[in-house]
Amino acid sequence: MTDTRTPLLEVKDLEVAFRTQRGSVKALNGVSFTIEHGETVAIVGESGSGKSTTAAAIINLLPGTGQITNGQVLFEGQDLAKASRSQLEHVRGRGIGFVPQDPMSNLNPVWSVGFQVEETIRANGVATSPRDVKKKAVEVLKQAGLDDADKRMRQFPHQFSGGMRQRVLIGIGLSGDPKLLIADEPTSALDVTVQRRILDHLGTLTGDAGTAVLFITHDLGLAAERAEKLIVMYKGDIVEAGPSLEVLQNPLHPYTQRLIAAAPSLASRRIQGSEQKLGELKHDTETDAGSVDLITAAEERAEHLAANPSEPVIQIRDLTKVFKIRTGGFRSVDFTAVDKVSFEIPKGTTTALVGESGSGKSTVAKLLLGLESATSGSISVGGRDITTLNRRELFRLRRTMQPVFQDPYGTLDPLVNIGNTIAEPLKIHGVGDRDSRRDRVTELLEQVALPVELADRYPNELSGGQRQRVAVARALALKPEIIVLDEAVSALDVLVQAQILQLLAELQSELGLTYLFITHDLAVVRVIADNVCVMQKGRIVEQASTDEVFASPKEQYTRDLLDAIPGAGIKIGV
Amino acid sequence: MSSNTAPRRSADHFVAPVSETPVAAIDQVKLSGQRSNLWTDAWRDLRRRPLFWVSSIFILLFIVVALFPTLFTSVPPNAGCQLVDSNAGPSADHILGLTKQGCDVYSRIVHGAGASLAVGFIVIALSGITGAIIGSIAGFFGGWVDSVLMRLGDIFFSIPYILAAVVIMSVFSAYVNVFVVALAIGAFTWPSTARVMRSEVLRVKNSDFVMAGTALGQSRLALMFKHVLPNSIPPVIVVTTLSLAAAITAEATLSFLGVGLPSGTMSWGNDISAAQSDLRSNPATLIYPSLALTITVLSFVIFGETLRESLDPKARALR
Repeated sequence: MTDTRTPLLEVKDLEVAFRTQRGSVKALNGVSFTIEHGETVAIVGESGSGKSTTAAAIINLLPGTGQITNGQVLFEGQDLAKASRSQLEHVRGRGIGFVPQDPMSNLNPVWSVGFQVEETIRANGVATSPRDVKKKAVEVLKQAGLDDADKRMRQFPHQFSGGMRQRVLIGIGLSGDPKLLIADEPTSALDVTVQRRILDHLGTLTGDAGTAVLFITHDLGLAAERAEKLIVMYKGDIVEAGPSLEVLQNPLHPYTQRLIAAAPSLASRRIQGSEQKLGELKHDTETDAGSVDLITAAEERAEHLAANPSEPVIQIRDLTKVFKIRTGGFRSVDFTAVDKVSFEIPKGTTTALVGESGSGKSTVAKLLLGLESATSGSISVGGRDITTLNRRELFRLRRTMQPVFQDPYGTLDPLVNIGNTIAEPLKIHGVGDRDSRRDRVTELLEQVALPVELADRYPNELSGGQRQRVAVARALALKPEIIVLDEAVSALDVLVQAQILQLLAELQSELGLTYLFITHDLAVVRVIADNVCVMQKGRIVEQASTDEVFASPKEQYTRDLLDAIPGAGIKIGV
Repeated sequence: MSSNTAPRRSADHFVAPVSETPVAAIDQVKLSGQRSNLWTDAWRDLRRRPLFWVSSIFILLFIVVALFPTLFTSVPPNAGCQLVDSNAGPSADHILGLTKQGCDVYSRIVHGAGASLAVGFIVIALSGITGAIIGSIAGFFGGWVDSVLMRLGDIFFSIPYILAAVVIMSVFSAYVNVFVVALAIGAFTWPSTARVMRSEVLRVKNSDFVMAGTALGQSRLALMFKHVLPNSIPPVIVVTTLSLAAAITAEATLSFLGVGLPSGTMSWGNDISAAQSDLRSNPATLIYPSLALTITVLSFVIFGETLRESLDPKARALR
């Protein structure tokens, strides 16, 4: 029996460095924390904060050129940083289980799921005889929440949905009955409602077995909801740690304060509360100057809208898009991606199209932008039906409507410098001469708060958020009336996300822009949108103003989505 | 877990002093950083690699030798061969010795470089350009155009190109010159370039910046030339460099088999072929042209490999 007075895991002054071409780069500068038996701890941070490196260092699985340069990782008193390979193998699986981030790539596609579970069980020596191994595997999968595990054992990963795969991975992680389970962003790749179910399930499993859990996540709301203790990391240091609620309600480090102000999931909760205690709240959220507060942005938006009621600029009627899916040979089946969708967007407002993956929301965006042609129905922009336009008319229409896409790394041509990227729309539409275009580029860069010197730089030098700004600047170049934002902030870290959301709100009130905001994240909707359309399987199941949807959702699906916002249940600042 | 002791819960609220981890401005633009794009990054990486320099120096050297052979030797390769000197060893005038015909080995290597490199460059000019054009058309238009062009490529690809070249060369044996040899090799090597080009075009065509261009009203052709092609080129350059090496080998192989360049033309393949009967009596006549061939091919292969590793950011990170 282990001595329960010593912590299960004790990380002391852990330092990790990566070797690069330009010498060694420190990823962790002396990180210390402890995890007690049965405790759930979450490490929160943005990309590059060192949270995943910490997780990998604990089980000594640092990628590539990473190395522990100093410090100790004491697991039940044994220093894993200095353990031999065989000692580590003994600990991995049975002592510490691991649930990786991406369920899509972490199961081997050429082996059946059952085989992979059995492999883990054999490797961990949980059972040895083939019959026992099989029995245990079925048990593990059943526990992971797979019905008819017997049959599904023989299936291959591609026959499982993302959520199912993540359940299998959790099952594998827990199959050796570890004392500690490290879950590195276990649900970031999944839809919110699936995420919620999986995390509930994981909580039940580890709670029953008394397993300690170390969560690695970028989502403050999720961390606070699921963990007792919160560790906030920034640039390889722990900046704040403590009981979850206390950290959230009384953040002391300016970075934590910033994070809390910027987290959409928490902000949306606070906005709901702010309806009663507005004045008090505003005072609470005044943090350091560099931070962005989503609530302020949301309030400004609401005021602006109330002052200017307006005509619809986009009207979509019974829009339907049917894709033919080839099923081999010359046969194909029809797949209705968008099914009789109708909605309107009033001028100068933001309408959010919300749905999970496969709901058809991005297809609506492509139809509106004229990148796909509609099967039936009509889209009218400024009173003209765009589904019947000829090429020249469509070309002219493009000046009034511009997109911003999701992936900041794919949205800019890496071989074209920033200035030319922003000037490209002007060239295509023959606006102005060389000098006036250069002036416009300067103006646009200032509008998206980027230094003018960036014009002759290349996308490589920019961060994701900066690239999205450039994409916004490019979209603004032709002075459009409408901007279609297809998951435009989903790939960004919370602080950067909040910053871009604020920029979008400012541009809207300045230029009177109309936004169609496509997202899977209802929390973000709360802070940016005036109206919401909830899509499910190609149909709009609910549409109303944002306040109505959040205050009194009519459809069960909307309610599920709202409940699934991580951190929605936390009372903070209310 | 033991039931009698409740786990101890630490409830301290730890805050790091702000001075230790000052909070930087969110998403600040670093203008002081080095300027970089794909090509400058690749160049920065390349110029620190000795293998890149070694292979480039050799390639440059061979090109200069091929263009200006008389700079390197004053001894004529064919004229003045004396049978008296047949298979004579190295001397002050003939540093690598003499062939069976009494010709200077070194001079023949120097003068033979032209044929080998010419064939190599003509082949990549032909097959590289044809392949790139066909591949980009296939990738760009897709659908049946893609199917027809790529199946056509498969047909050429399924025939071993050495075998095909042997057949072509024996049919056209009366008109053999550098161009015909290059054509015979190039006609069967373009599909590999076409495949690489096509897959790159397909990859780039589906990227967001091309979609953004479409949404701006950019025509498909303009998108192709402005955005798709420049981003598809790097891997094609690498494949082309590697196939240049293969073409030089192929020329030597054909000449060695006696179906390449006419025996009157100086080429390394011909020299190796002529020397094989003297392997035991005068191995130098075989070894030196072979060595020249090997070093040239190796230089191009290494050059291509270093280029590939430097142009691919992922490969760069792994090193």
